[in-house]
Parts: sequence; structure tokens; C-alpha cells
Amino acid sequence: MSSPDPVPSRHEHETFLHRVEEEAAVNPFEGVDFSELEVSLYRPRTLLNAILSCIVTGMTLLALIPLFFVLFMLIWRGGQKLSLALFTQLPPAPLEQGGGFGNAIIGTLIMVGIATILTVPLGVFTGVYLAQAPGDSKLASGVRFSAKVLTGFPSILAGVFAYGAIVLTTGGYSAIAGGIALAILMLPTIILTSESAIAMVPAKMKEASIGLGATNTQSVWMVLLPTAMPGILTGVMLAIARAAGETAPLLFTALFSNYWLISHGQLNLMQPTASLAVLIYNFSGMPFKNQVELAWAGALILVALVLITNLIGQSFSRQQVQQ
Amino acid sequence: MPAFREHGLAFLYGRTWDPNSNVYGILPEMWGTLYTSLLALLFGSLFGVAAAIFLSEGYMGDTVFKLLKMVNLQFHPFWGKLPERCEVLLKNLIELLAAVPSVVYGLWGLFVVIPLIRPYCNWLHDKCGWFPLFSTDLSGPGILPAVIVLSIMILPTITAISRDALVSVPPKLRMAAYGLGATRWETILGVLLPTASRGIFGGMVLAFGRALGETMALAMLVGNANRLTVSLFSPANTLAALLANTFPEAGPKDIPVLMYAALVLLAITLVVNMIGAVALERAAAKAEAK
Repeated sequence: MSSPDPVPSRHEHETFLHRVEEEAAVNPFEGVDFSELEVSLYRPRTLLNAILSCIVTGMTLLALIPLFFVLFMLIWRGGQKLSLALFTQLPPAPLEQGGGFGNAIIGTLIMVGIATILTVPLGVFTGVYLAQAPGDSKLASGVRFSAKVLTGFPSILAGVFAYGAIVLTTGGYSAIAGGIALAILMLPTIILTSESAIAMVPAKMKEASIGLGATNTQSVWMVLLPTAMPGILTGVMLAIARAAGETAPLLFTALFSNYWLISHGQLNLMQPTASLAVLIYNFSGMPFKNQVELAWAGALILVALVLITNLIGQSFSRQQVQQ
Repeated sequence: MPAFREHGLAFLYGRTWDPNSNVYGILPEMWGTLYTSLLALLFGSLFGVAAAIFLSEGYMGDTVFKLLKMVNLQFHPFWGKLPERCEVLLKNLIELLAAVPSVVYGLWGLFVVIPLIRPYCNWLHDKCGWFPLFSTDLSGPGILPAVIVLSIMILPTITAISRDALVSVPPKLRMAAYGLGATRWETILGVLLPTASRGIFGGMVLAFGRALGETMALAMLVGNANRLTVSLFSPANTLAALLANTFPEAGPKDIPVLMYAALVLLAITLVVNMIGAVALERAAAKAEAK
């Protein structure tokens, strides 16, 4: 459009518009190679896409194989041995037939119970503090960061710590030391999950309770904690499931024992205590067939316990989502 | 710590562990820890990121949707929810991998994985024994079974964190890439992975920290041989396995030395975990800034 006249006349303007219309009527995609966009396995782009999709699918399925393989082996090899005697009898001596691990099941439950009693109040209240602290609080962000780092804390080091702090000072292996070692591993999980559960409570609920004249303490106890309860319970259940499967911290804090915790009608928590996980570890290294079979049966029961705890925890979190 | 004064830095590069002559060194253990963890990280992140892509890009949902479309049920009130349900189920299955206790993985590795891979490993050793990775034969516990089990154990961590990172990529980036005519994989490689790289990196570092501190499966599978080796089939040892195996029978003389080894392990894992936590926090801050 090079007109000598700076202001185009009406006629010139109309011809210009006409030409624009004509140009628009021509296919605007002329010169674009549509075969570039064609989906066909003969084209390298599509082929690469399909190959990579297949690889990713295959790898994901391959990653799931161990899960089913482990579960299958547990049910196959542990299931053969499953009987009531497992829950009522004591571990057998080498070369002895039969036997069970009733004391190990009880030991696991007791030590996880000790750890839960120790960590739940501490963890939940820390979570409340973290969720309520002002955003720029140095203490809160420090605690949060250390809790995050502690979730990756090697479990064996918790055992080393409990050994140094409890076993050496009290002078012997005990269920208490084992429970404390497990508590160290449970604490960060409980802190972080209860913090996020409390932070998810809508701010208007807390504001409303304060507006109604509730004190800070009242609004925490009567509004925040009940509302966040499903989330907190999920965290607690997940922490319990993790602690129940831990072996390393118990190896040299609770050690192992072939006897019941209750002797002469008295419960003694200051003696070496059996646990399922340590039983599996000890028996798997033995050259006797009966012990190895017991290890598989113990693993089946341990995995069942852990998975059930996990599923209960997940059902709590589903409740919260539905609210 | 008395052990620190007594053994000094020589503890870190000594190669022998002999309680009788009071000579202690943990170089083989440190090497074994790093070697097994790095190999496990390699396999674990390969499979973990693949699974994360599979989960976040809706492969499962699409397939189920197409299957439903064949029988014309894709908008049915019950069956129509199936694609979503399948994806959630798959995600939970991968997370269940993390729920299995490590001692059970150890048991499985000891009685299932080792007999399974032994013939192949010895065949490899016969054919390619000149290659340093295959320079010994697998006679029982060794590095390779430990690495296999370890990578299965860290896979869920990597998958969960990478999936979160991939899902939190702003949808408009994905839409824009598709709008420009990119195929699904051109989008993944060119847009999604670079955007999510920080989160994936953080997840890998955290998984590495977990692999370093993992005890029971390694104590059962790695063979507890105080040996400095690159061969995949040779037994070796790691710091955590050393602690687990020697602590219960340790005499009063060994305890300070083991405490020293625990301190070294603590220092390594703390540094790795802090790097991971900082990387994830930065990734989250960056995602919020967008």
C-alpha cells in the first residue's frame, strides 16, 4: 500500500478493504505443511511419542511387580505356617519344632503403645503451636525445618541415641528404651501432619469462635482440635504403622527375649523385650527350616498389622475430605 | 568423644576393622554406603520418575476412559468415575510399597531375590569377568541384591514428590505446549520436566538420604564383608549395617568406636537431608511466586 497521497481517498480506501477481503478468502494456512502434524507411526515424532509412552507404562508396571511379589510370597510361605499356636506360644529353641511368637506380638504392641503415649500429646501440641504461630516466627520455622529433616533421620541412629541415653543410664535393655527409640521416629511425622491438619481448618471458624467471646485456649480445644481431628488421626496412624515395622532402633534397645513380658503375674517393662521385626531379622539368619518359616509367618502378620493401620489412617483422611 | 581423640581422622580412611589389635577404619563402610545408595538412586529415580509421569499425565485414566467408551459407558454415573478411581488406586499402590517394613524386604531379598538373580549374575561373571563391575561371582549376599531392594524402597518417595511437582506445573503451560502442536512427549520433555525439575531434584535428594540411612534390608543383604570393591556381586558393608550387626554384641571398648561411626553417618545424612529440604522449600516458593 504505497499511495503518494498521505490521506487516501474514499475510493482508494474501499479498494483497499476489498483487497483485504480477497486476501482473507485465500487459505490462510497456505504454505503450512500439515503433514508435520499428522499422527502416524511412520513419522519420527509420533513414533518417539508412542515408544516413550510404552516405556513409561512398562516401567510403572515393573515398579509395581515387587509389591505383589512380596505380598504373594508372604501369603504363600507365611500362610502355610499360620495357626493359632503362633499367637499363644513362645519362640522355639533351635532344632525344636512348632512354637510361635505370642510374646513378640505383645512386645511390639507394648513398645508402639509407649511410643504413642509419649509422642501424641507432644506432637499434637507442637503442631498447634506451629499452625498458630505468626508467619514470620523464627522459632516456628526452625522447628518445622528440623522436623522435616528429622523425617529422614536414619532409624538406626535413633537406636544409637536411645542406647546411649537410656540403656547405658538405666543399665539394661528394656521395653522403655525401645519405646523411646520408636518415639523419636514417630514425633516428626505427627508434628508435621497435625500442623497441616490444623492449618487446613478454615480461618473463619477460629475467628467466629473468638468473635463469640472464646479465649484462645477455648477456641483451640473446642473448635480447632475437633475439626482437625481426622487429619491428626491419619498422621498418628501413619506414624504408628511406620514405628511398628521398624527394626533397627529396637535391635540394641529392646534386644529380644524368648519369654513373656509378664512373669509371676507382674508386668516388667525394664527387661529385654521381643518384637516381631527383630524376630524376623534374627530368625531369617538361622539355618533351621522351622525358624525361617516362623520368620515368614511373622512377616505376614507384621505386614498385615501395618497395612491395616495404614488403611484405617487413610479412611480418616477420606472423612475429612468429605467434610 | 574418646574414640575421636584416639583414632582421629585415620578412622575415616583406615581400611581395617580389627577389635583385637584396636585398629578401626570405616573407609570400606563409607564407600559401601555411598556406592549402594548412588546405584539405588540411579535405578530408583529412573523408575520413580517414570511412574510419576505415568501417574501425573493421566495415562491410566485415558486408557480406562477409552475402554469405557468402547462399551459406551464413559458418562455413566458409576462407571464414569472409574478412570479417576483407577488413578487413585494406582497412586495408593505405589505408596503401599513404602509401607512394607524394611525387614520384610530384607527377608524377601534374602530368600527370593538372591536365588532368582544368582544364575544370571554368575553367567555374566563367566562371560564378562574382565569388566570391573562383574569381577566376582555372586555367592550369596552382595551389593546387587542390596541395590535392587534399596531402589524398590526409595521409589515411592521419588514418585510421590515428583508427581506433586509435575501436577503443580501450571496447566496453562501444558495447554500452550499442546496448542503449539507438540506431542505428549515433546510437552513432557520440553516443558513439564524442566519446570518441575527443582521438585524432582529435592525428592531425589531426600530419597538419597533415606537410602544412606537404610539399615535392616542392607544388614541382611549386603554381606557384611569389610571390603573395598566396585564389583556388583561382591559382598560389602555399609555404615548402618555395621552398626546394626556389631552393636548388639559390642564390648565396652567397641562402643565409643561405633558411636564415632554413628556420628559420621549422622553427619552425612543430615547434610543430604538438609539439602533436600531446602531444595523442596525453594521449589514450593517458586511455584507460589508464579
